[in-house]
Amino acid sequence: MATMAQAIRMALHYGEEHLGVTDIFGEDVGEPLGGVFTSTQGLKTTWNSPLDERGIIGCAMGLALAGQKPVCEVQFGDYIFNTIDLMKLAGNSCWSSVGQYNLPMVCMTIVGAGIRGSIYHSHSFESIASHIQGWKIVLPSRPVDAYGLMLSAIKDPNPVLYLYPKALIRVKGQELIPGEPSDFKTLKNMIDAPTGETLYHVIENRKNWKPQWPEGLEEYLVPIGKARVAREGKDLTVVSYSRHAVMAENVANKLAKEGISVEVIDLRTLVPWDEQAVYASVRKTGRCLVLNEDTPVSNFGEHLLRKIVENCFYELVAKPRLLAGADVPGVGLHPNLEEASVPHEPDIERAIREIVAEEP
Amino acid sequence: MDKTLKKRILDLMITARCMEERMVKMSKSADGFFWLGGVGEEAFNIPMGLLAKRRPDENAPALDYDFFHFHYRNGATMIAMGMDPKDQIRQMHNRATDPFSGGRNFCNHYAYKPWNVCPVASTIQTQCSIAPGTARAQKRHGGDGLTIVTFGDAGTAEGDFHIGLNWATLPDWELPLLFICTNNHYGISTPYSQVHGQKRISDLAKGFGMKVANVNGLDVEESYEAIQKAMDYIRKNRKPYFLEAVVSRLHGHSSSSGANRVPEGKEVDPVHVWRDKLVAEGIIDKDFYKQAYDKETQRMTDILIEVRKEPAPLGSSIYDHIFAKA
Repeated sequence: MATMAQAIRMALHYGEEHLGVTDIFGEDVGEPLGGVFTSTQGLKTTWNSPLDERGIIGCAMGLALAGQKPVCEVQFGDYIFNTIDLMKLAGNSCWSSVGQYNLPMVCMTIVGAGIRGSIYHSHSFESIASHIQGWKIVLPSRPVDAYGLMLSAIKDPNPVLYLYPKALIRVKGQELIPGEPSDFKTLKNMIDAPTGETLYHVIENRKNWKPQWPEGLEEYLVPIGKARVAREGKDLTVVSYSRHAVMAENVANKLAKEGISVEVIDLRTLVPWDEQAVYASVRKTGRCLVLNEDTPVSNFGEHLLRKIVENCFYELVAKPRLLAGADVPGVGLHPNLEEASVPHEPDIERAIREIVAEEP
Repeated sequence: MDKTLKKRILDLMITARCMEERMVKMSKSADGFFWLGGVGEEAFNIPMGLLAKRRPDENAPALDYDFFHFHYRNGATMIAMGMDPKDQIRQMHNRATDPFSGGRNFCNHYAYKPWNVCPVASTIQTQCSIAPGTARAQKRHGGDGLTIVTFGDAGTAEGDFHIGLNWATLPDWELPLLFICTNNHYGISTPYSQVHGQKRISDLAKGFGMKVANVNGLDVEESYEAIQKAMDYIRKNRKPYFLEAVVSRLHGHSSSSGANRVPEGKEVDPVHVWRDKLVAEGIIDKDFYKQAYDKETQRMTDILIEVRKEPAPLGSSIYDHIFAKA
């Protein structure tokens, strides 16, 4: 079972071989490193860019304008903020040119807290990104979705922002990606580049290394705009995505032992998001918690709440709530600070208990 | 340069000038809103358009032809490339028939895929971050197609300018990219000399190891020759080139400052310079210019009368083209 980094790598390999990907680039994306999170090791169209996020987004736009199919990476979501006006242009190119210049490009960047990343390796970006119209936004929470969403992103003729959670990048999946070997060690030996004590060793060790890609990889697509019921339940719906969908599932499993039945919706895509799946679940349970780790003001979860209230008002039996990150300028380094800044499982459990206990 | 070409350039200059003057008038009436354009840059911009290897149509392989990342002063270039001024008047009058933006964008904000004209944006200098992408695709493709990116002097203070220079000169990936700075010495009201320490903008490009040239952009022949030389170099060597051209700004920055013609004698009018030269060389007689100018002025008026009858975009169309269909 692949990790998310391996899943992304296999998806990009499939994209190069079968879906016309021409360029996979960004800082340290090419050889020798293959990405600081190893997501781009062993691929044939990778190259290293200057340390320049604006240049990366701009170049991807130019490549897309010229009919290429680029996948670019901004090394951390924390460093994508200085590209916002270029992202605006990428997002409005199709609209402002009345359909002439759509930009088939993918920008991947790793987001969220959970690795003691302190102030500039912990940011979320999805809420701000949702204000940049013309982009689709996907956020996998597990390797199989990371694979299927990447293929869908590559196939999409529009700019797609691929936000993946750094806290889950090395977590092994529980579902098999169609075509991958089921044994983790086998897969690791096939597609993980050899390591080394220093960069010099890494370069040396990788000189003659070639990945051995699994032969049976398929065009397994997770449709953009389609949520997943991560866990069925009847008492309350948690609407979440990315690593907090996983946390919600853990909490739901715990509460199930007490007879509290929690349904977890993993949105997987924020633009467009799966309204029908969310409304169907909330109408069934009557109780709802929207959950993510972004800062709370103008949080995308507020939009979800507003739409849930507008569409499910008469089916709700308790106040729907948003559990999000703290309204602070950054995530502090010490674990006490990080835990106080973004929701953790005890916070989620508390919130669920509160909503479930609420009398209409 | 032969006489036929010289005369043709004058004809195109007159068309471009009359088109812009019509749009200035439109900005002051109910026929249009904001105007900004390239009055005073014709001696440089017309040769650029004539020398470009313009993609003939959408069926021609895009990478074999030039890509354009213009700023908002390239109307004359588009005229030289074959644009019907009616299309520009449509954009100025924000009609649904505007082929560049369907009434969504300002004048001189072109986007025309059949000719590889990439969307022009009001964001200053972002085109310099985007242009390396098309040039990189062309470098990989081979052939002699190049990318042209244009901008003014003020925008070179933006980081994107330096991004473009850097990405165009990466080792093993020097790009077939022609940087064109039309230097009119102003950013709206702020003089270049107040906010730039560099004597010449091209000196910055030189620091990136790029071939550069400075040219009098008010002189047709000097501009033509410099652009041809730069393009020939890029087409052959697949490496970047930087041209800095001194130009005039005869109607100010935009309609926000009135768009009135600057006082006589304050700035050189390159169209008049070229007119006088052709008269002196006996290529046109001295009445030609006025006749041609009056005729084109009338043509632009007639075009506007026709364009007024064309449909405006509907409010209900705002949701069209947000996404391309998969």
